[in-house]
Amino acid sequence: MASIVLKDLSKTFGKVVAVDQVNLTIQDGEFFALLGPSGCGKTTTLRMIAGLETPTSGTIFIGDQDMTNCNPRERDVAMVFQDYALYPHMTIEENVGYPLKVRRINQAERKQRVTDVSNNLGIGSLLERRPGQISGGQQQRAAVARAVVHHAQVFLFDEPLSNLDAKLRFESRGFLKHLQKELQITTVYVTHDQAEAMALADRIAIIDHGKVAQVGSPQEVYLRPQTVFVASFLGNPPMNLLPCKLDLAKRQVQINGSQIDVSQVSQINGIKTLVSEGENLSLGIRPEHISLYAEETAQAFPAELYVTQPLGSEVLVTLQVAETTVSVRLFTDEPPELPRRVWLKPDPKRILLYRTDGNLVA
Amino acid sequence: MEQRRPILTLKTGTFFLSPAIFFVILFLIVPFVWIIVVSFTNQSLTGATALNPEFVGLQNYLDLFNFDTWLTRGNFGSSMIITLEFVIGSAWIGQVVLGMGLAIAFYRRKGALREFVNTLVILCWIIPDVVVAFSWSAYLDRDYGTLNAILNLIGLGRPDWQLAFPLFAIILFNSWRGAAFSMLLFSSALATIPPSYLETAEVAGASFWQKQRDIILPLLRGHILTDMVLITLWTFNTFSPFLLTGGGPAFKTEVISIFTYRIAFKFFDFGMGGAIAVVAMVINFALALVYLLMLRKQAVYS
Ligand SMILES: Nc1ncnc2c1ncn2[C@@H]1O[C@H](COP(=O)(O)OP(=O)(O)OP(=O)(O)O)[C@@H](O)[C@H]1O
Ligand SMILES: [Mg+2]
Repeated sequence: MASIVLKDLSKTFGKVVAVDQVNLTIQDGEFFALLGPSGCGKTTTLRMIAGLETPTSGTIFIGDQDMTNCNPRERDVAMVFQDYALYPHMTIEENVGYPLKVRRINQAERKQRVTDVSNNLGIGSLLERRPGQISGGQQQRAAVARAVVHHAQVFLFDEPLSNLDAKLRFESRGFLKHLQKELQITTVYVTHDQAEAMALADRIAIIDHGKVAQVGSPQEVYLRPQTVFVASFLGNPPMNLLPCKLDLAKRQVQINGSQIDVSQVSQINGIKTLVSEGENLSLGIRPEHISLYAEETAQAFPAELYVTQPLGSEVLVTLQVAETTVSVRLFTDEPPELPRRVWLKPDPKRILLYRTDGNLVA
Repeated sequence: MEQRRPILTLKTGTFFLSPAIFFVILFLIVPFVWIIVVSFTNQSLTGATALNPEFVGLQNYLDLFNFDTWLTRGNFGSSMIITLEFVIGSAWIGQVVLGMGLAIAFYRRKGALREFVNTLVILCWIIPDVVVAFSWSAYLDRDYGTLNAILNLIGLGRPDWQLAFPLFAIILFNSWRGAAFSMLLFSSALATIPPSYLETAEVAGASFWQKQRDIILPLLRGHILTDMVLITLWTFNTFSPFLLTGGGPAFKTEVISIFTYRIAFKFFDFGMGGAIAVVAMVINFALALVYLLMLRKQAVYS
C-alpha cells in the first residue's frame, strides 16, 4: 500500500519528448487511469514508475520514498503487460508462482498462495496447463493472478484488456474493478479507451503530447473538461463544439443567427477578466444535453438534419450547423420523424465556453 | 487441411531430379560404400597390396582398438582423447558458451561497441582458414611473434606457445574462428523473446541470473541444442588445426581428422585409414541421432 508522487517527470528519446513535466499525486488505494491517444506517453510514464525506464529529469516517490533511481525489484510493484507475458515454457501454476519463487518463498507456501489466488480469480482448474492451452480471457486472469500473488505495494496495468473481444473486455472490466476494490492496492491503469477509464477509475489523468491536460474524477473530467482536447477526447460521440460570438453585456452568444442566453453558465461572472467583448468562442455541449425541436423555439439555433442512427435504447441524430457537425442523443427507443430543418436548444446549465486557445473560460 | 496436388507427375519429377541423384550417388554413396569395403582390406597406395588388396576381416579395427598400445601418443585412443579435449575446449566452452555470453552481453544494446565487436567476430569467421592459420602462427611464433614481443616488453619472457601449449593454441584458434556462428545464432534467437518476458521478471524481482536461468535458457533450449550438435559435429570433423600445428609436436594436437589423414595419406595405409573413417562416421551418426531424438522430444513437449 502506497501513494505515488510524480514530480516534474520528463522523458525524452533523442529528440522525441515522450513525457513532459508531469506532476501527479496518486493516493494510497486509488484506482488511477492514465488516458490519452496513441503515442502520448502513457506507457513511458508507467514504465518509469515501474523502473523499466530512467527519467530524463524529475522525481518518483512511491510511499514517501524517493525511488527515481531504484531497480524495478526494489520498488515492490507488480505489472501486467498488454501481451500478458506469460512464460510459454511454464505451467500456469509456475507462471503465477514465479514472483514468489524469485523471492525464495518455500514450495509449500508458494503452492498454497498460488492455489488461493487462482481459485479466487476462477482459474484454479487450469493450473496444470500451459499458457498456449488456455483462452485469451483466462490468460489475462493468469497474468493478473501473477501480479496479485505477491502483495505488491502498487499495481501497474498497461492496456491489459485491449487484446480481448468486446464482450470479454466488458466482463474483465468488472472483474478488475471488483478485485481492486477488494484488495485496496494503489493501481495505475493505462488505456486509450475513454469508456474503460471512465468505468474503472477513481480518478483519470488525461495526457496530451506528454503533458497532463486534466486530472479529476470521471464525472469532473466528463462534465467540465478544462480544454477542448479533453472535451473532444471523452464521450462517444464526443462533446459538440460550436463556434459562437460572445455578447458580454447581454450575457448571450450568437450561433447560426440565434441568440443563446449564457447567464446560467457556471462561473460566467468571472469571464470578464478572461475574454473581451465580441470575442469568438467555442460553445461546448454534450450530445445528451441538447433538446431538439421541430419548430422555431426561444434559446435554440437552427440546424440541418444529416442522419439518424437508432442504437436500441437511444437514438443518435447527426446534424449540420453552418460548417459544424453536431450530435444529439435522444433517449427514446423509437426513431422520431424529423423535418429537414430543426432547432437545437442546449441545456443552459450544461453549457461550457472555450477560448480559441482551447482553454475553458466558463 | 487442404489436399495439395503435386505440380509435377512422378515421372517428370524423377526426370528433373535424376542429375542430382546421379551425382549424389557418384560422389557420396559410392565413396561411402567404398570406404567401408576398404576398411576390411589391407589396401595401400604402393607395394604389393596396392593392386591386389587382401581381405583382412576385422584386423584393422582390432589394431585400432588394441588396448595395450592405443593410449600411446600417435595411436587411436590418444587421438580420441585429444579430440575430446579439443571439442570440449573449442566447441562447447570456446564457441557455445562464449557465443551465448556475447549474445547476452549485447542483447538489446545499441551503439559503437556492439557494432565493433560484431564486425570483429564476424570477420574472424569469414576470413579463409589458411590466412587465419598463418596469422595465428605468426602471432604465436617464439622469436618473431607479436604475442611474445608484447610479453617480452613487459618482462614476461618468450615462451614457445606452439611447443609448450600446442593443444591450447589450436583450441584458441578454433574458438576464435567459430564463436561468431553461435553468437549470431543466439542473438537472433534472443531477439525473438518478447522484451515484456524479461521486464515482467525484472519487476517481479528476479535477479540477472534468475532471468537467465528461468527464462532465457529454457526458451533457447532448442537453439542451444541445435548449436551444440552442429558445432560439435563441425569441430569433431575439422581439419584446420593441421594448418597451425600439423598435428604435432609429437602428435599432441593430432585430432581424429589429422590422425586419419596421417594414416591414410602419409603412411598410405588405406585399409586402416578407412577403418578410422568408419569409426568417426559412426560417432557422427550417433551424435546426429541423439540430436534428432531430442528435437522430437522437444516437439512433443511444446
Ligand atoms: N524506446 C523508445 N525509443 C524512442 N522513442 C520512443 C521509445 N518509447 C516510446 N517512444 C516514443 O515516445 C512517445 C510516447 O510513447 P508511449 O509508448 O509512451 O506512448 P503510449 O501513450 O503508450 O501510446 P500507445 O497508446 O500507442 O501505446 C511516442 O512518440 C513513441 O514513439
Ligand atoms: Mg502504450
